[in-house]
Amino acid sequence: MAKATMAAATGPLDGQVAGSALVSIKPMEPASRLAIRARPDAIASLSKVLGVKLPQAPKTSAQSTAAKSRQRVALWLGPDEWLVIDDGNADLMGICAKAKGLYSAVDVSHRNTSVLVSGKGAEATISAGCPQNLSLDVFPVGACARTLLGKTEVVLYRVEEDVFRVECWRSFSTYVFAFLAEAGQSPMI
Amino acid sequence: MLLIHCPYCNEERPELEFRHAGEAHIARPTNITAISDEEFTQFFFLRDNPKGIAFERWRHMHGCGRFFNAVRDTVTDKFVTTYEAGQPRPDLPAGGENEKGAGK
Repeated sequence: MAKATMAAATGPLDGQVAGSALVSIKPMEPASRLAIRARPDAIASLSKVLGVKLPQAPKTSAQSTAAKSRQRVALWLGPDEWLVIDDGNADLMGICAKAKGLYSAVDVSHRNTSVLVSGKGAEATISAGCPQNLSLDVFPVGACARTLLGKTEVVLYRVEEDVFRVECWRSFSTYVFAFLAEAGQSPMI
Repeated sequence: MLLIHCPYCNEERPELEFRHAGEAHIARPTNITAISDEEFTQFFFLRDNPKGIAFERWRHMHGCGRFFNAVRDTVTDKFVTTYEAGQPRPDLPAGGENEKGAGK
């Protein structure tokens, strides 16, 4: 496809900001995302072409260390299911095509959008609507899980001690953002 | 809120993430075309509704997405144990929680 015909991607939360003195809540830039389901025999090959080792342990993630895929992270969602996010907007489908073995990869770049919640009150803000225990000893840096936030399903990823990435469906994003904005007004630390 | 142990996540998770998915250990007859209507009714429609220990399928809907089996006391709502789908019924401690619970 010729580049000139490509329209600029607009996010559903573009331009919105929220937060308080303790927490900052802002929509993230568009990223490319892949939902992967794979048999055990395809995992090694997929990990190799993606440049990031698909994690095997529950609730863990893997950040790519290779120079050309530095912005790529693989999140464990289920025993055979992963969410791969590339903030550099790499063509993940094209990259995956080289992998061997039986797997399914679905481009969900436009289905999902993400909100970055950061600051001292980040954990408390998310805990306002998430039933999981998010304390550092149970949900350490790098931990990720599909869970609930209020009434919606989200994928939660702890990037740093007080930085969370909240991945939600695009159509739920206004609800998620409003929920976080409300909770961020006075996080219960 | 109940905490339910997911055998795939290997962790206790809040009950909001789970969905009940019917009775466990119901095998589809291999000779499905040969069985009578009564037998089909038995297999397809009729379910136990025990007071006490029940073997159920649950799904970690808003988590790993997997179906698993759980042993739950229908009186006390206590989850006795959970185990991966496809595993046989586990041995339960004799005179388990159900008798105690049912009496309350």
